[in-house]
Amino acid sequence: MSTRVRSIALLVGLALLLVFPLVGDRFYVQFFSKILIMTIFAGSLNLLVGYTGLISLGHAAFFGIAGYILALYSPDTAAAGLLTSLLLSVGGAALLALLIGSLVVRTGGIFFIMATLAFAEMLFYLFHDTAIAGGSDGIYIYQRPTLMIAGWQPLDLANIVHFYYLVLFFSLAAIVSIHTLLRSPFGKVIVGIRVNEQRMRALGFHTYRYKLVCFVIAGALAGLAGYLAASQFGVVNPEMLGWHLSGSVLMMVILGGMGTLVGPVLGAFSLMMLEEGFQSITKHWQLLTGAVIVLVALYLPRGFAGLLPKRTGNKTLPPRSKGGTGSSAAVDRPYV
Amino acid sequence: MSEVVLETRDLSRNFEGLVAVDGVSLSCRMSEVHAVIGPNGAGKSTLINLLSGDLRPSAGSVFLRGEDVTGLSSPRISRLGVGRSYQRTNVFLPFTVFENCRLAAQSRLDTSMRFFRQALHYRAVSDAAMRAIEQVGLAQQTDKPVEALSHGEQRQVEIAMTLATNPSLLLLDEPLAGMGAEESVQIVELLRTLASDHAILLVEHDMDAVFALANTLTVMVNGAILESGEPQAVRSNRLVQVAYLGEHDFGSNRF
Repeated sequence: MSTRVRSIALLVGLALLLVFPLVGDRFYVQFFSKILIMTIFAGSLNLLVGYTGLISLGHAAFFGIAGYILALYSPDTAAAGLLTSLLLSVGGAALLALLIGSLVVRTGGIFFIMATLAFAEMLFYLFHDTAIAGGSDGIYIYQRPTLMIAGWQPLDLANIVHFYYLVLFFSLAAIVSIHTLLRSPFGKVIVGIRVNEQRMRALGFHTYRYKLVCFVIAGALAGLAGYLAASQFGVVNPEMLGWHLSGSVLMMVILGGMGTLVGPVLGAFSLMMLEEGFQSITKHWQLLTGAVIVLVALYLPRGFAGLLPKRTGNKTLPPRSKGGTGSSAAVDRPYV
Repeated sequence: MSEVVLETRDLSRNFEGLVAVDGVSLSCRMSEVHAVIGPNGAGKSTLINLLSGDLRPSAGSVFLRGEDVTGLSSPRISRLGVGRSYQRTNVFLPFTVFENCRLAAQSRLDTSMRFFRQALHYRAVSDAAMRAIEQVGLAQQTDKPVEALSHGEQRQVEIAMTLATNPSLLLLDEPLAGMGAEESVQIVELLRTLASDHAILLVEHDMDAVFALANTLTVMVNGAILESGEPQAVRSNRLVQVAYLGEHDFGSNRF
């Protein structure tokens, strides 16, 4: 696809997302907010699974912990400050990722999958079986976080349109950040690790450190998604940390296309819209969702992103001339 | 005499009872090509893996410029200026030739924990990569994925990556294996040029290349050094001829 067609498609999509809440039904504004939150969550997991080659089955731990931090930090009778609570939630998720990551990143392959799953389950049962935060019922966030600047309130998170635009902003910011990250020296290192970690070490890269930092970045982004999800629904419960959610988000990454920028977006939109559609048809909707997943696995090994026309043009030349796009085909290559 | 870059003392490595490398002591000076030859299974590749940090020695020591580096990890050894190539091509197959060498050159940044500026905008890194690509004669293939190249060209990428890390000590494990005659000549010429300001430890089966390049020749058999010294002297050693070079038909030095 030529750069031009691609840019036009992107702009049209963006315009639709921007005007949607002005014309859309309330239910769908909330539904799309939920999807956009999941694009952030799936995008963060894609950093690990698609780019670094670390398959995590416990990514909901960071999503959930951020939600719990917001819930525990929020006073019952007043609203929490947006900036402070956001910083605490994302910071807490990052810290947890540093803790878990420093141990699991030492392992690889199937052991990495098991170790991430085990840590997330430990956290799940910590919240499920103790009274820290309402046990298995979870706890409510009675008032949404608010942004107050000297008595002026530019954003009201209880307002679903405001909330939608906040989520849209973070979702776009996440994609731009991931894009920037992948083109940086750090991004080149993590993709190199996925392809041939031993060779990266022989070249002088301390791969453990890079994998750990990537794990922390992914955890922080998942925390951002979890914070937004908790703000949207006003309730957190242990399901937010569970392996079921970890599995769903992994499914989004795989369906959409691992190791591609648009993959998690396509995956989140398609999986959630399919589920929504099937639920309106039949109460056995999970059978239909399952069938779609099997079909994609069989016929679209590179996910929905594999359906998009490939980029054309030479992207790997060093920037001898100014103003090149500079994007690396190596990074945009579908997962191999 | 020039500076001793690499020195090993009684270096050994066992694999569950099998002694792959057995008390090897050797050294390599700046501007010296030290060739190591020996039959298959003599422990040459294991020796290189011990020197590069890919394997830990069971006993003995490795010194770089007099500093004990025994047991250091491969990233640390690499950062001390040691570049190695692999006998079996070990590259990033889906990446372009350029990206393979760019990544290798990027390893010489003090850190790659840089998250904002585009990697392609680090001019010194890109230039070092291009220089290495030109040195091995792959300039025409710069933007092709390595998996699309011929086997011989992939071998050249292997060497270019090693050079792109700007090492002072080169550990080359059969660099010519699988290369066409023309490329071999080119790489031998390149190694001759590099020898002036590098220390090179060369494991190679191509005897013409070995005798064209080596200042010192070490023969390994069953993990241990059988003979080491000036190439012509080693060549005429009776034991060496029996063990490795073959009793029959060995040049003019034949007994």
